[in-house]
Formats: sequence, C-alpha cells, structure tokens
Amino acid sequence: MSLLELDDVSVIYRIASGEVPAVRGVSLSLDSGAALGVAGESGSGKSTLAMALLRLLPRDARVGGRILLDGEDVLTMKWGRMRAVRWAEASIVFQGAQHGLNPVRRVGDQIAEPLLVHNLAKPDAARKRVAELLEQVGLPAWRARSYPHELSGGQRQRVMIAMALACSPRLIIADEPTTALDVMVQAQVLTLIKELVAEHGISLIMISHDLSVLADVCDQLAVMYAGRVVEHGPSHEVFHDARHPYSRALAAAFPTVGDPVSRLAPKGLGGDPPDPMQLPTGCSFHPRCPVALDECATMDVELWAAGAGRTAACVHVQEAS
Amino acid sequence: MTETQAAAEAVSTTRPTLLEARDLHVEFASRGRRARAVDGVNLAIGAGEIVALVGESGCGKTTLARTLLGLERPTSGEVRYGGNVLDYRSKALKAYRRQVQLVLQDPMGSLNPRQTVYEAVAEGPRIHGLPDEREVVTTALSRAGLRPPDRFFLRYPHELSGGQRQRVVIAGALALDPKVLIADEPVASLDASVRGEILALLLRLRADLGLSALVVTHDLGLAWNIADRVAVMYLGRIVESGPVEQVLTAPRHPYTQALMSVLPESPERVVLTGEPPDPTRIPGGCRFHARCQVLASGKAAEAGVDGKCRSELLQILPAVPEAQAACHYAALSQPGA
Ligand SMILES: Nc1ncnc2c1ncn2[C@@H]1O[C@H](COP(=O)(O)OP(=O)(O)OP(=O)(O)O)[C@@H](O)[C@H]1O
Ligand SMILES: Nc1ncnc2c1ncn2[C@@H]1O[C@H](COP(=O)(O)OP(=O)(O)O)[C@@H](O)[C@H]1O
Ligand code: SF4
Ligand code: SF4
Ligand SMILES: [Mg+2]
Ligand SMILES: [Mg+2]
Repeated sequence: MSLLELDDVSVIYRIASGEVPAVRGVSLSLDSGAALGVAGESGSGKSTLAMALLRLLPRDARVGGRILLDGEDVLTMKWGRMRAVRWAEASIVFQGAQHGLNPVRRVGDQIAEPLLVHNLAKPDAARKRVAELLEQVGLPAWRARSYPHELSGGQRQRVMIAMALACSPRLIIADEPTTALDVMVQAQVLTLIKELVAEHGISLIMISHDLSVLADVCDQLAVMYAGRVVEHGPSHEVFHDARHPYSRALAAAFPTVGDPVSRLAPKGLGGDPPDPMQLPTGCSFHPRCPVALDECATMDVELWAAGAGRTAACVHVQEAS
Repeated sequence: MTETQAAAEAVSTTRPTLLEARDLHVEFASRGRRARAVDGVNLAIGAGEIVALVGESGCGKTTLARTLLGLERPTSGEVRYGGNVLDYRSKALKAYRRQVQLVLQDPMGSLNPRQTVYEAVAEGPRIHGLPDEREVVTTALSRAGLRPPDRFFLRYPHELSGGQRQRVVIAGALALDPKVLIADEPVASLDASVRGEILALLLRLRADLGLSALVVTHDLGLAWNIADRVAVMYLGRIVESGPVEQVLTAPRHPYTQALMSVLPESPERVVLTGEPPDPTRIPGGCRFHARCQVLASGKAAEAGVDGKCRSELLQILPAVPEAQAACHYAALSQPGA
C-alpha cells in the first residue's frame, strides 16, 4: 500500500504583484520503503512541493488537491495531529539547512531537542538515543559535545540527518541534501542515505537538480518543469533513456567521464527558466524545446503513457503510442 | 629540492607556457600552527590551454589560484607570467591583473545588488582607465553571450537568472581583454541545465580569443567537459597530472582513483573515511597514506612499498605535460616516473 499519495496537488503563492502558481497539479505516490527522486531546475517547484507535504508553507500560500499520508489527508488534519505527524511519521532535511544549526548550542542538545520537547524521552534516555543516532549517521558519539563550527560541511549535514531520524520517522524528505558538498563528502552522505532506505526500511523523497545523483539513490524519478511533473518512471530508465526533451537535457548536463561524446562538448539547455507568473501557452517548455512542433505553442500537454510504468508530457510520446 | 628545480627548468608544454607556478609554497598561521595550504606546487598553463585543478574541499585549490593571481604572496617559490617572475609592486601588479582575471564562483555574492549590469561590467575598465567604455562593455557582454547587449545594460542582478548572472561576472572579466581566466567553481551554484551553457562559453572564448583558463573545481565531469589537462591536488600538493583523457580514464594515483570511483554509476566505490585532511598536520611519508585504500588493502605491502608509503617523502611533480603520479606504488608500474 502506498505510504504517500498526492492527487492533483497545486500551490499558489499570493504576492503583492499577483499570484505565483508554483506547483500545478502534481499526482504521485510513494510505496512504503521506496525512494522517489524529484528533479528539476531551480524554481520548478520542488521545495514548494516538499513543504506542502508537511504543511510547512507560509500562510499566504494556497494549497489544492489531496495529500494522503497513510490514508490520512494532511491538508485537513488538525494542527495537533499535524505536529505529531511531523515528528513521528515524516521529517524533512532542508536545502542548505546545515547552515541553520544553532551556532552556540552543542549538536547533541540540538538532536535531543525534539525528543525532549515531545516528551518522547527523559534526559538520560535522550542522551543515549543521541549517541545511537550519531553512530547511525557515521559520527562518533563524542561529537555530541561539538559545536557546529567544529564540524565540516559533510559532518553538519550528517547531524541534520540525525535530527531528522530522532523520532524514528517512516518518511524522510531530503531537499538537495548534497548540493554544494564536495564529491567525496557527497559520496559519504549518499551512502548513508542509501543505507537508511535499504536497512531501516525508511521511505525517502529526495530532491535534486542532479539526475545522476537521484538515479543512484532512488527507484523512481519524477522530473518537474514549471510546477508540473513532465516525466515519471523507474529512475534508471528516465536517466538513461528519457522520453521528455527536458529530462534529456538534464540527464546530459552531467557527463559520464570517459564518454567520448561529451569530451570537450558540454551540453546545456538554452533559454531561461520560465517565469511562473507568465507561463508560456501550450507546452510550457516549448520556447526552449529543441524538438518543438508548431502545435506545441497552443496544444495542451498532459502526462501520457510512455512505456511500462512510465509517463511523459510531450506530444512526441503521444505520437509514438 | 634541487631535483625539483632542475625539473622545473625543463618545463616543456606543447603550447608555450604562459602562466606558471614554480615550487610554490603558501603558508598561513592558524591557531598558533603553520597551515601549509600550498606545499610545493609546480604547474604550467600554456597559451590557449584549459587546465582543471581538482581536489576535495580544503586541499588548497583556492589558495593556489589566489596566489597565481597575485592576491596572495608565496612563502617561497615563484609565480611567472610570460617567463617573468611576478612583480608585487602595485603598478606592475595592476597591469598583471588585467592579463589574468578571476571569475568567482557565486554570481550572487560577487555582483553588487544595487549595481546595474552596465556598471558592473564597466567597473574594471574604469579602474584601468580604458577608453571607449561603452564599446568595451558592449563587446564584453556580447562575448559572454548576453545579446543584444544593450538590452541588459540597465538590469539589476535580481532581474537575471542564475546563468545570466554568471555571464555578467564573466563579461566583467572579459572587459579587460585578459589572456588568462582563473575560474573558481564557475558552475557549482548553477542548475544542471545552465551548467553546460556556461562551460560551452568558456570553450568558445578559448576558440575565438585564444584565452587560457585554469578552472578550479571538485567536479570531474567538468574537467572531462572542457579541460585539456587536469591536475589533482591533495593536501597542498599536486599528486597526479596529465592530459584529461589519460588521467581520467586510467587514473594511477590511489587518490584520483578514489575520486573517480565515487562518481555516480561507477562500479566499485572507494568512499574515503577519516577526518578531512588538515594542512597544519601533514603526515610524513606519502601525505595520503593514512587514507590510502591501496595501502589499507595490503596491495602496497604485497608490492613491498608499504614502508616507503609510511616514511619516504615523494618527489614534487615537475610541471610537465605528460601524465605523472606521485605515488610509490604507481611508480612500480612506470619505472622512471
Ligand atoms: N587566510 C587563511 N588563514 C588560515 N588558513 C587558511 C587561509 N586560507 C586558507 N586556509 C586553509 O588552507 C587550506 C586550503 O584552503 P583553500 O581555500 O585553498 O581550499 P580549497 O581547495 O579551495 O577548498 P574548497 O573546495 O572548499 O573551496 C584549508 O585548510 C584552509 O582552511
Ligand atoms: N514564499 C514564496 N513566496 C512567493 N513565491 C515563492 C515563495 N517560495 C517560492 N516561490 C516561487 O515559487 C516557485 C517555485 O519555487 P521552489 O519551490 O523554491 O522551487 P525549487 O525548489 O524547485 O527551486 C518559484 O518561482 C519561486 O520564486
Ligand atoms: S510537447 Fe512539444 S514543446 Fe513540449 S516537450 Fe514535447 S516537443 Fe517539446
Ligand atoms: S605512495 Fe603509498 S600511501 Fe601514497 S598513494 Fe601511493 S600507495 Fe598510497
Ligand atoms: Mg529548492
Ligand atoms: Mg575553494
């Protein structure tokens, strides 16, 4: 049974100059113990979607559709229940949050805080749990006494993951957990995340603009463009044989070292990301699409079937089937 | 040291050397200790050549780059440009900085939010008193791919996309008509889709203007995408260097092998553990020995070099274009290296 079910989810930010449709009708589901990757360039709505799942959006954001966590509708939940869910069932590791650790408190105290605040443990038990958590993320227990500035970027990111694990959630949402970390540290953090999924049965939603990283960790991949999912399917298939031209551009952006095709030939995508307040008509990708047809500027595209367990929102897919 | 010096004299790149580090050392005082951030580096960048400098966070890449730019003074050793030792008197340094331009990593951080694109690009030419400012700015923006240039003159950074901001930073460097660009993580803060566009721009600048570049990064894919040669740095020193095709398809230093092995999709990973290396405590013997997988797995012992790994210093690699690695174990398979 699916742990999480999104049905036609939309998010609109209301700002002084009008409305920003940041997420536009996203439907996805996640099985218990599975890992879903969400890819897309900056501004495509990934973080907004992640925050909507736990109702962490600012008040002026309007959320539509249905979000079912274990069959319960997150959007209509009472606040008390919502808070409990945030700690006990699902937690989120924010983009760049390792910079958000409190600089004047020892990391052990910061990890223990949710346990104490929610009366899930007495101070002694909490200390023991902190040691366990640190070990689980590959840090020695004595690190509990360190202050954030005494840790490297990768170690701080591990502390953030330990905090997210504190109340044994069933789902972790990791928003760009390795962006801006160097390759070796990124490998350490990704190995840790993979172990958590494989050995502890934790479900994962991981957000990144690097398809190769997502393909490495996740079973399924959803590619977002301008607030919509434009391609969805098993991650290796989406990465190696994308059906949507935007996914293809993302996949080609990080070359395989040793592949003669990409040697001295970096591949990018021209044009600028769309302004959500002035979305192009028809397929939102058409102004940048290398294989656009005339009708793409006017026709409505939707996620069409694109092979076994795959969908893509491109007219070429529809023609092929 | 004499061996190193001799090797440095014999520098022979296929392209004439333009910018060079010779036996460069840069030290900082750090909590009462000496941090040897750059600890003996020979590196030559040829005219029209793109060299990638790779290595993990804290290994000394930025310090080396800043020293090549004359922003940091070497503790010993020298920087040479066009065959001449860098002159640190302010007038000479100012002239040098026109030739060798820095392109910073974070376009948001390096652009002033209250300055228009025109003002940002015109700043360098004004400092250097160049004539025809408008013409210079127009050409630079156009070369950086912001076309038509006058449409961007009055825009502010927040009105641009991340890729456009990076292009403005590059235009600012191009406005002085430099010979060398030193780019520190030029695409690290950019989206995947924009990344390729900026890298393609660097290649185009080399083709059109004959620019040389040193690209500092921890992204090996970037090196594969645009560099002719790659130098791998570990704890203040270059431990492997050579043509990209050779070094990145058949890495010989265990550290380079580990870096390659953690790329997505590589079959067998060597995830290095241990604390990040500390330039105030550079280990004796091979500086990588405490983390080296070849030594830890017993392969070095089998080959009979484990004693050397722990106690015998490695020679500083000379600035030659051929593939080379500073490793006792790798030396066995390539005698004379
Ligand atoms: N001004 C300074 N004073 C003291 N130590 C310094 C100074 N600048 C750099 N260092 C130290 O020198 C080492 C090399 O730093 P550097 O910034 O060159 O690394 P880097 O390779 O560019 O790393 P990154 O990939 O994180 O940018 C680090 O250990 C750093 O802490
Ligand atoms: N608090 C907010 N108020 C108004 N607009 C916002 C807010 N947060 C994000 N947006 C806009 O919503 C869109 C999606 O943003 P985001 O979800 O952060 O994208 P991503 O995580 O994919 O980079 C962007 O156009 C962004 O500018
Ligand atoms: S529908 Fe048309 S514009 Fe959109 S991705 Fe497909 S070909 Fe390109
Ligand atoms: S010299 Fe020895 S310790 Fe150093 S990299 Fe080579 S094998 Fe490893
Ligand atoms: Mg985001
Ligand atoms: Mg640096």
